[in-house]
Amino acid sequence: MKLLFLSCIFVIMAWGQLDSLVQQVPPGTSARRNPLEGNERARRAGAKLYARECSACHGMKAEGLGKAPPLRSVEVYEAPAGTLFWILENGSLDHGMPSFAHLPEVQRWQIITFLHSLNPTGLQPRP
Amino acid sequence: MLVSSCWGAEGPFFITYTHQMEEPGNLELAIKNVTGKPGDGNRFLGSTSEFEYGLKGWWTTEFYLDGQATFGESTIFTGYRWENRFRVLTREHWINPVLYVEFENINGADKGLLEVVGHDGKDDLTQPNADARMEKKREIEAKLILSSHFKGWTIAENFIAEKNVRHAPYEFGYAAGVSRPLALAARPDRCNFCPENFQLGAEIYGGLGTHQDFGLGETSHYLAPTIAWTLANGTAFKISPGFGLTGTSAGFLLRFGVSYEIAQFGRAAHSMFRR
Repeated sequence: MKLLFLSCIFVIMAWGQLDSLVQQVPPGTSARRNPLEGNERARRAGAKLYARECSACHGMKAEGLGKAPPLRSVEVYEAPAGTLFWILENGSLDHGMPSFAHLPEVQRWQIITFLHSLNPTGLQPRP
Repeated sequence: MLVSSCWGAEGPFFITYTHQMEEPGNLELAIKNVTGKPGDGNRFLGSTSEFEYGLKGWWTTEFYLDGQATFGESTIFTGYRWENRFRVLTREHWINPVLYVEFENINGADKGLLEVVGHDGKDDLTQPNADARMEKKREIEAKLILSSHFKGWTIAENFIAEKNVRHAPYEFGYAAGVSRPLALAARPDRCNFCPENFQLGAEIYGGLGTHQDFGLGETSHYLAPTIAWTLANGTAFKISPGFGLTGTSAGFLLRFGVSYEIAQFGRAAHSMFRR
């Protein structure tokens, strides 16, 4: 019985490891709206911030490098702004993603505006 | 290699730590200097070279080399320090604790003044180098770092305990700081003089005596406004005039420093050795 219980725990943990960070975000955080959604000036500022803060790990073209996943992806493109905001604020320290809580909120929204402008091929533009 | 924004853990502060850790794989190179003229003593320049590396998202390690020059006396190497910071909670909270442990192997002539503890004061800075360097200080220092980010403001408090491994009592100290960028939103163009590249702040730090006589009596305390400026290429400068608040304190200390961060240094080094 104890062995079965431990096996279940192991399977659940392994399943959790397989989930991407977007899928691990607590429910309820996705409701926050990006106040800068679609703002061209914010997108350009976000591109500058991305180059400074994110590109070393995720690549200059957001294509992903090593263990850092691509951010020019369907998952990121379709992720609610609130979900991405939560990830930027908390990071995933166990998996090497640092917290960017030191950036003012508006700069985090600028980065998200930029990320949502990275349209992977074939997707409809975000509403 | 890419550069990243600098002053990872400290913002514009020289003494106070925040809960921000070095990004995993990044290497920050920094030089911090402090100059002052304590009472009847000679003017000095204490200098610290820092090598800060992000081992994990929750673990940052840092190595320091210390030296100083006292005018009319000598220029000497005073020792090294090795510190480790561990972030306790992996998610962002209202108050975020970090544990800090440092081993120092320095001598009594060290004038880096990276912290003020116990009854440290201006008398420590007037002793001739030839005498002061004879004193060996092998110390363990621990800090509890608490900090928060709130609407663009960074607020941090550090509680310090230090102990010579061979003798002397436990010594205590504190540091606290508050800072904010000049602008919260980033401008879209690449620029050196964008207001978001400047951070203003103030810090206060000082000693709290020892476990035998804990308190503010005969301790030194400083109040220091500070400003940091990060260029578009990632190089960062900061400067801070510090004013002594008690008779035991040195009257005025001017701190200034420069830093440069190499993003993903660890990955580059790893791939170089793998070939």
